[in-house]
Amino acid sequence: MPSMEHVAHPQQRAFNPYTENGGTILAIAGADFTVIAGDTRQSEGYSIQTRYAPKVFRLTDRAVLAVNGFAADGNMFVKKVKQRLEWYRHAHAKDMPLRAIARLIQTMLYAQRFFPYYVYNILGGIEDDGTGAVYSFDPVGSYEREACRAAGAAQSLVQPFLDNQIYFKNQQAAPGQTHPSHLPLPDVLSIVIDSFTSATERHIEVGDGLEMYIVLAKGRNTQGMESLHGVQELSSKLDGERVFVVRRELKKD
Amino acid sequence: MDHFPTNWGRPRNDAFDHYNTYPIPVRPQNNAFADSVQRTQQPIVTGTSVLGLKYKDGIMIASDTLASYGSLARFKDIKRLHQVGDFTAIGASGDMSDFQALQRDLESLIISEEVTEQDGHKLGPKEIHEYLSNVLYGKRCKMDPLWNSVIVGGFKDGERFLAYVDLLGTTYTSSTIATGYGAYIAQPLLRKAVEGKEDVLTEAEARKILEDCLRVLFYRDARSLDKYQIATVNASGPSISDSIKLETSWGFAEGIRGYGAQTQ
Amino acid sequence: MFRNTYDSDNTVFSPQGRLHQVEYALEAVKQGSAAIGLRSKTHSVLLALKRSTGDLASYQQKMFRIDDHVGIAIAGLTSDARVLSNFMRQQALSSRMVFNRPVPVNRLVSAIADSASPLPPSPLWDIADIRCGGGAEAQVNTQEYGRRPYGVGFLVIGQDHTGPHLYEFSPSGTSFEYYAISIGARNQSAKTYLEKHYESFADCSLEDLIRHGLHALRETLQQDKELTPANTSIGIIGPAGKAEKDVATEGSFRIREGDDVKVYIASMVPKAVPEPAAAPPPAAGDEDVQMAE
Repeated sequence: MPSMEHVAHPQQRAFNPYTENGGTILAIAGADFTVIAGDTRQSEGYSIQTRYAPKVFRLTDRAVLAVNGFAADGNMFVKKVKQRLEWYRHAHAKDMPLRAIARLIQTMLYAQRFFPYYVYNILGGIEDDGTGAVYSFDPVGSYEREACRAAGAAQSLVQPFLDNQIYFKNQQAAPGQTHPSHLPLPDVLSIVIDSFTSATERHIEVGDGLEMYIVLAKGRNTQGMESLHGVQELSSKLDGERVFVVRRELKKD
Repeated sequence: MDHFPTNWGRPRNDAFDHYNTYPIPVRPQNNAFADSVQRTQQPIVTGTSVLGLKYKDGIMIASDTLASYGSLARFKDIKRLHQVGDFTAIGASGDMSDFQALQRDLESLIISEEVTEQDGHKLGPKEIHEYLSNVLYGKRCKMDPLWNSVIVGGFKDGERFLAYVDLLGTTYTSSTIATGYGAYIAQPLLRKAVEGKEDVLTEAEARKILEDCLRVLFYRDARSLDKYQIATVNASGPSISDSIKLETSWGFAEGIRGYGAQTQ
Repeated sequence: MFRNTYDSDNTVFSPQGRLHQVEYALEAVKQGSAAIGLRSKTHSVLLALKRSTGDLASYQQKMFRIDDHVGIAIAGLTSDARVLSNFMRQQALSSRMVFNRPVPVNRLVSAIADSASPLPPSPLWDIADIRCGGGAEAQVNTQEYGRRPYGVGFLVIGQDHTGPHLYEFSPSGTSFEYYAISIGARNQSAKTYLEKHYESFADCSLEDLIRHGLHALRETLQQDKELTPANTSIGIIGPAGKAEKDVATEGSFRIREGDDVKVYIASMVPKAVPEPAAAPPPAAGDEDVQMAE
């Protein structure tokens, strides 16, 4: 029997419980609406696993959660958040407010501080005061409320674009005028669509399909959505906040 | 003479073949006594690709019948396809002992869920897939994975279902799925033949597509075999074929330098 | 207060072969206000009479939502009901977690009644962190020392691919499926009404089914009381009725109270004023309207 020491060049490698499944998510808050979007490609390495794997999920009539990163962690995390929200409904006979869901998500993420869910979360929806809101999280639960956020594979492509278009970074307002603090819905929708078509052009892990969720504040009409075709309403009540989803094709190459 | 079969032949390449075992000398070094429990850290006896597709009346899953020990073709008539309940078939690549343990677990699940209850609430492919992903994801969270990638397919209540789950708990559904080496070799062929034609393909056409892919895999994947099984699930339930010999032709090899009779 | 010799714990039979503690628990159910369940081909409904301790107090909760497809009405100890309903909610959630399917209603009922859990034991992989709950089974309480039976009865309605269902669960650990049933105080009068009319329930519209339920519930009232929007709860499973908005297409379980029940109470047929000779007292044997399923 040959001595192992000669042949062996020990390759130390333990089981790696994580992988990356690509894709990009994005959310933009308006004054009385929020748009939350994600592409539907799921990949591992250079392989496309499927062209339709949702990354954006309706939690309540006023909260939508986008998850990106390791798909198995993401799906399990969304499942657990939904079950916590169901318990809240049992206990309080109403849906959890958005800011409370945000804090719940931070608690659930931080509970896994030393074996984290490898997932970047973006929560979008309508606050109790009727304003549009976006909360973004890192995998261990750090979070803040923002006006817009992109995450995932093409974050580095999309976020600078949003900084410029939403926050008007590096733009000079016309003399005597100021930049608007919130954009109208049609402008936001075209920025979202442009972000994803551009990311699809320049990032191999982005493409196949686009899913956009639109959450409207209580009492707001659907003004600004007329130009969209194939809108599907997901609201459970007629007189509360309303949730819509729109699906678009993206390039599949 | 090196008596360790896993040292023979092409070494495992982790970049594209993480469902095959390491040769013994390059295995991760583990001290079995450092921790009182030894967990699965690499697959040992492994099955290669599994292919799945949707067709007009249901779904089909195919795999060859080889279980390798490193580069040694160790078991040549292993069943890698398995029926679960009345509506589902699964197929697995990766570690065969882990897969056979999974089969036993699913068997006892079916007994306690269906044979004991007998209330008409039977598990369909969607439920089996959800259960399997929970089992595999749960094991990965314990850093004690079941080293498999599994295709779950079935037909229930007039609906086709085809999905994937692996040792990390990663899941997806698609109209064509290929695991292991087949993800690189067969998946492009399957997509070309199936995508957009899921509602048109007949059973015979679907079978031909799978056979063609298995043939290409046999030509190109050193850990594959020219003996295979096909599982079909449609409205009349799952049926898994016996082992079938794959028709191959090697005439073209004559013309390839290094294979034929050329001297130069 | 009567008292028996063999009733101080529930693991000892009386010489007559009875478990007195279990029978006392059944009495606790009769102390609670009435709850009624009815089933048609399309709907299951629950109706319950809510009590209030006085004009200044709120009314007790008689119905609980378990999942989109399951709801319950209770009679007896509300706190025991909360333990059991939380167990049912956990079972419903873990069925969605493990199999992504709504828990079959019959298994949910047998899970609280017997020791049969709807979740199978998984011999190889411990998925204990996925499944929750355990140990709320009523029948076990009647067999082990140091425990007491639950002092509450349930009516469970639910729907699955075989249609709407109605079950009764009692502290003795039994459960049966019914076309119509009543539990709680003075329920025998309601039962008499239901027995008289149950044959027509199968083809009833939701509105007719609820009216039958209200008529039956009215029978359980004391002489000077009547059904009001404040003291009536209605639980519904099945497609939306004429007076309903905001019902999910699957016809999820919903509880109607307050103003929402006005329309149903208004639809009741006034009781014939001159009561004929008092109805004969119910036969000694408890005559259920249980039908073979």
